[in-house]
Amino acid sequence: MQVQVFSGLAPNDLLLLARGAWMTVLMTLAACAIGTLLGVLAGLAKVALGPTLRAPLDAATDALRSVPLLVQLTLLYAGLGILGLPLNPFTAGAIGLSLYAAAYIGEIVRGGILAVPITLRKAARGLGLTRRQEYVHVVLPVGLISALPAWIGVLVGVVKDSAIAAVIGYIELLRTAQIIITRTQEPVIVLLAAGVFYFVICYPVSQLGARLEARFKL
Amino acid sequence: MKYDLRFWVVWEAAPDLLRGAQVTLLIAVATMVGGLVLAFPLAIARRRDHGLLRSGAAAWVEAARNTPCLFQIYAFYFGLGAFGIFLDAWAATSLALLFNNAGYTAEILRGGLAAVSPNQMKAARSLGLTERHAYLAVIVPQVLRIVYYPLTNQFIWSLLNSSLGAIVGLTDLSGVAMVYQSSTFRTFEFFLVIGAIYFLMAKGVLGLARVSAWRLFRY
Repeated sequence: MQVQVFSGLAPNDLLLLARGAWMTVLMTLAACAIGTLLGVLAGLAKVALGPTLRAPLDAATDALRSVPLLVQLTLLYAGLGILGLPLNPFTAGAIGLSLYAAAYIGEIVRGGILAVPITLRKAARGLGLTRRQEYVHVVLPVGLISALPAWIGVLVGVVKDSAIAAVIGYIELLRTAQIIITRTQEPVIVLLAAGVFYFVICYPVSQLGARLEARFKL
Repeated sequence: MKYDLRFWVVWEAAPDLLRGAQVTLLIAVATMVGGLVLAFPLAIARRRDHGLLRSGAAAWVEAARNTPCLFQIYAFYFGLGAFGIFLDAWAATSLALLFNNAGYTAEILRGGLAAVSPNQMKAARSLGLTERHAYLAVIVPQVLRIVYYPLTNQFIWSLLNSSLGAIVGLTDLSGVAMVYQSSTFRTFEFFLVIGAIYFLMAKGVLGLARVSAWRLFRY
């Protein structure tokens, strides 16, 4: 009797991949939303605080940007377990990716704000705006808009980095592809399909970034 | 339930971790240098007006930048197997990172090339240099100076991305930690320590880059 170990590709596998792509999108959306919020706050804090108060924030940014995400996520997942918090790959992955994105976005926001020409700020103050008004009506709009293209770059990065959440057990697009490959032994077509899904998610976003960059070029 | 941190387990694994760190550094350096060498023809091909070379280079760069690095490692590890080419984790990770670094570096170089005035090329050509010679002797040295810091950034990426090889079984720093975590269940301790090692390596590279930039680029 012959035992069939591997089964062929079925139309259902495409649905499975689409579900994986949706999981990738969900993780990305969660991480980008929280990461952007935290990142903007961190960026503002870095501009506003003095060097001593800023030091822990800078150290955290440095650590998040110099350690592989694979290590960060594993560490976070194991750490949450040690603390006895309920474990859930999506939550842990989203927290990890958010912090990671926030580190980059914080630097981008800080850079954007610092890039606002000093003359513009002096003009604002010269027109009688208070320091607060100067920030709300002049520095933040100009600075944040100039940071948009780089921010988009981070978003694309998060789509791709969400694949690493697979190491803590989150079944996203790439992990789904790997599961299908293990079952069907058809790596080429499955990987190509997964690649197309990634491309479809990433490419429009990076094109938007390129367009914004061309538009806001000084 | 209380968890006791036990770092002596990690200390006992120190020799293996150091060997893993060597693998990480070796792959990061080799793929970055190789990527830089490949990136120049890619970036120059993308500057052409049309043709197969231009589209090929564009496809490479877009594919490298718009798919996850882990996906690229899978493509070399699993994907090539379908064509009867079976790579081990070493080769697959190195080739994938080479592909990845070349794509990203080409984009950095494109910015650098655009920042060198076209008059430089015209002047070099009118002095009788061939196009290749003009690129090598006039354009590239100027570009390298402009892209030096973005390149050091890309090198850090190369260092961090090499950790993904561990997922297909590479025994780099992360791979060694994964092997030990499955035998000792000390995931937190191992990953905390290797996180620190990655941090130190990244900082070391940046420090070296600062020093060598000062030596290379002062007039």
